[in-house]
Amino acid sequence: MNRELKGWLKSFLIELLVYSVLVVGYFFLVLHLLGDWIAHLFEGDRRLYAFVALALIVGQGILLELLTAALFAVIKPRVDEQ
Amino acid sequence: MNFLISGAHISPVYLMGVGFIVGMLGGFFGVGGSFLAGPALYAVGVPMNFVVGTDLAHIVGKSIVAARKHRALGNIDLKLGFIMVFGTIAGVEAGAQVIQWLKRTAHIDFAVGITFIVVLLSISGFMTWESLKTIRLHGHGKSPDKSSGGEHPSKRDPSAAAHIARLIHRIGVPPYVKLPVSGIERISIWAILFVAFVGGFFSGFLGGGAGYIRMPCLIYLLGIPTHIAVGTDLFEIIISAGYGTVTHALKGNVDIMIALVMHTGAAIGAQIGATLTQFFAGPRIRLAFIPLPLIGIVIIIHGLLTGHPAK
Repeated sequence: MNRELKGWLKSFLIELLVYSVLVVGYFFLVLHLLGDWIAHLFEGDRRLYAFVALALIVGQGILLELLTAALFAVIKPRVDEQ
Repeated sequence: MNFLISGAHISPVYLMGVGFIVGMLGGFFGVGGSFLAGPALYAVGVPMNFVVGTDLAHIVGKSIVAARKHRALGNIDLKLGFIMVFGTIAGVEAGAQVIQWLKRTAHIDFAVGITFIVVLLSISGFMTWESLKTIRLHGHGKSPDKSSGGEHPSKRDPSAAAHIARLIHRIGVPPYVKLPVSGIERISIWAILFVAFVGGFFSGFLGGGAGYIRMPCLIYLLGIPTHIAVGTDLFEIIISAGYGTVTHALKGNVDIMIALVMHTGAAIGAQIGATLTQFFAGPRIRLAFIPLPLIGIVIIIHGLLTGHPAK
């Protein structure tokens, strides 16, 4: 295994740990509270639900990409310095 | 955790784990990963109609993460991706219509299933031969070396089957487009739409993204370098799966809460998969891709045995 890949694996494990803590927080604060409202929307207005569903998954996609990219940008240089 | 929309009771850790694995596959190979996510959702009691729609929604989120990473690595040909969207959507609709037609026609599904199996087996066999031959001829088994001329690794993507793409580039049916990102001087727009249509057709017929057929088509028929094929396919999947998410949600087939939880695992998996492509040359990625068409075969056989395609 080359040195670059080793460094990458180490930074990935740290990233995974920090990410897990943040996601658990996000999970209880946002997704848990969102559940009832979304279920009501599904029953009440299917058209609005369809677009809210797409907006939610796109929004979460962008949010989590920014989070994982930022974590990687912060953690990787520190691991490389060691 | 109770998911009120589909009525399923699933551990969020399980969903995040499935998302993580599928996300890694998606980031590395540019596929949706429905062949894994679909059965994984069905196995824990998600109703079949929700499996298809929910999986599509999760694919949108995962592909955004992986595509943004690939974009940062210079692996997306936006022009190609936008052209492909039209062919894909037409193909998805055609595939879905064929399914409806087959439901009314006895035995035709068996004939079509066998044809697909032969096609997918041929893809796997051809890719095995081509990638092994390329690795042997060019010694591209190692990861791309950044120091060699500062050129993007995907531009050094030799293939023992490059002559097929050169023949297709010579097709004289206008209009033509130039794809500078993929290093293609001139190609008929119809060739791109045809490849996108075929991928979309399989997607509409079998469900999921059908990346196991679109990826080899991009590489061998259009001559797109492997890394760019992965990134561009992901970009294209965002749009086609987004379209599928809305249409399925309107029919009441999407439990967005399941998709959101799955996506929390997929997001990091997709980042890892996309990053890993930097450590592998094109022929190695193609070699590792070979099991995916074989999984497509398993899906078709399952459909034939149970009497309905896996969608």
